[in-house]
Amino acid sequence: MRLAAEIDDLRKDYVLASETVHALRGVSFDVPEGDYISIMGPSGSGKSTLLNLLGCLDRPSAGRFMLGGDDVAQMTDDELSTTRASRIGFVFQSYNLIPQLTVVENIEVPLYYQGRITPADRQRCIDLAAMVGLGDRLRHRPTQLSGGQQQRVAIARSLVNDPRFILADEPTGNLDSVTTEEILDLLGRLNEEGRTIILVTHEDEVARHTKRSIMLRDGLIQTDKRHS
Amino acid sequence: MSIWLRTWQLGIKSMMLHPLRSMLTVLGIFMGVASVVWLLAIGEGISLKAQEQIASLGADNVIVRSRKPPNEALPSQSGPVMYGLTRDDFDRIVSTIPTIERALPIRELRRQFRYKTRLVDGRLVGCTPAYADVTRLEVDRGHFISDADVRDEKNHCVLAAETAQRLFPFEEPLGKAIQVDDAFYVVVGIMKPRGASAGIGGSFAAQDFSSDVYIPISTLWRRIGDLVVTTRAGSFEGEIVEISQITLRVNHVDNVVPTSDVLRDTLERYHELPDFAVTVPLELLKQAETTRLMFIVFLGMIAAISLAVGGIGIMNIMLATVTERTREIGIRRALGAKRRDITRQFLAETIALSVLGGVFGILGGLTCRPITVWARSLLSSAFPEVMRDLPDVIREVTPVIVPWSIPLAFGISVAVGVIFGLYPARRAARMDPIEALRHE
Repeated sequence: MRLAAEIDDLRKDYVLASETVHALRGVSFDVPEGDYISIMGPSGSGKSTLLNLLGCLDRPSAGRFMLGGDDVAQMTDDELSTTRASRIGFVFQSYNLIPQLTVVENIEVPLYYQGRITPADRQRCIDLAAMVGLGDRLRHRPTQLSGGQQQRVAIARSLVNDPRFILADEPTGNLDSVTTEEILDLLGRLNEEGRTIILVTHEDEVARHTKRSIMLRDGLIQTDKRHS
Repeated sequence: MSIWLRTWQLGIKSMMLHPLRSMLTVLGIFMGVASVVWLLAIGEGISLKAQEQIASLGADNVIVRSRKPPNEALPSQSGPVMYGLTRDDFDRIVSTIPTIERALPIRELRRQFRYKTRLVDGRLVGCTPAYADVTRLEVDRGHFISDADVRDEKNHCVLAAETAQRLFPFEEPLGKAIQVDDAFYVVVGIMKPRGASAGIGGSFAAQDFSSDVYIPISTLWRRIGDLVVTTRAGSFEGEIVEISQITLRVNHVDNVVPTSDVLRDTLERYHELPDFAVTVPLELLKQAETTRLMFIVFLGMIAAISLAVGGIGIMNIMLATVTERTREIGIRRALGAKRRDITRQFLAETIALSVLGGVFGILGGLTCRPITVWARSLLSSAFPEVMRDLPDVIREVTPVIVPWSIPLAFGISVAVGVIFGLYPARRAARMDPIEALRHE
């Protein structure tokens, strides 16, 4: 089985007020292609730190994070940016769309940092918007959309660069139960189509939709179990 | 290329998020850039005026004029008063000062000119052939006074255009004789009309050449002599003046000032009374140049201050914008923007603001001329005394837009955008993406 990512003894230390905080104390797991993983854990368990490392927003203090043959720990700031632009799809709790851009323009943003945008790219963005059910709202701005719709734009945006995995941080945290179901259905469908998804959540209800749950506690993996 | 294009689009879009705020920011740059164009236009206007004066006076000339001394300085004797430059002075100057290239003696008198029954009042000028060259008069028909005319003391005369027109409205003047006092002079040339120009003799007051008649100075000395009798309040008053003015040309501009000093010394030795005045156009021109530099420095300071204020205004707004859009910066960084992409985005936005100000500033600069004319007429009607005391160059200057001031102004506005935009843009780029994403 091919791996989308490989995490090996990942450690992260912070110095806070001259005291070293060990946020991650050696985390190892593989992300096979097509997997659907939920990462859970109480606050302070190192969940956010792991998320930042997986999202290439930060570098580990020690350990390896292999992404398509490259070790993220060795990358420069520019290389991290390039990696984020080309290999990772982000979905955030608060959607994080850019308010002055339209739906299509928001979907285009990651492409914008990879070079020029061709008419074919633009067509793909329109297709993605249609796929998440917003084909009739291409010219709308985020403020004109509901929370669920905004999150669907964000999901479309996370797919535009054809990433190795989608990193979803509490994607349903701001949504009501009906919309939560819609978004989880959408993510489930994408996984069935072969997309690798890592989802950070603190709700068992949400984690139950995934194939595998990793439970963090005090910077270590407590359990890593596959749902039946 | 396409990245920059999109960056600009984005910058303009972001600018439109706060139209009023953007407009106020642009205003600051507008003023700075407009004052750059203005300052250069006014400086150029002054410079052109100065050059015009060089043309009419000659920077390499030194002018000595006879001047009637104040009455109390004159010996209280009856009979004609004798003062001013003499033929001896002239010979002395020419033979002792080696830097003089050419010396032109001039004698001017008010006279009546007659042709048949027509009478015209005008100025009779005794001179040598160099006169036409020095005063930049051009011959229309015939020829100017020649060396032979001077040598042989010929009764030849040359008429100014207007004199010719008034004395000979229906006839060809060439070859006819006009009468001055009791002598007759054959017209050998007609000059082209020439407007009044900057004068000679210490002031820039206009000198009028329109009613002149020119004769060889030797003829004037012989036929008319040095004595001028004027009737005043029932008594006669006589003056004896040999030469009204000597215009000297110095061989090199650098020698003008030393020559004028030597000239003054030479003359003072033989003149007890202050009956002559030396004028050096170069010194007057230097004054004009100083005035111009003062103006440029003064306006340059205003321009620099307003550009700095405008730039600080832009910087202020951009810092606020960066803070306001921290979240957006975080999102863009998370989605793959490099630090330099963020720098570029905010720099482009700043430059878009400052260039907009620059374009309006250039348009504002082009209104320099009409506004100056208008402001001057307003000022001279409100404060006539103040305006009268100002130097001519300031009172009469007409701004001339310097063509290269437009690309310069544009360049300055871009530079202001870069200089004052770099810090906010770098600050935006230096933000930690994780922190920025968490920003509310």
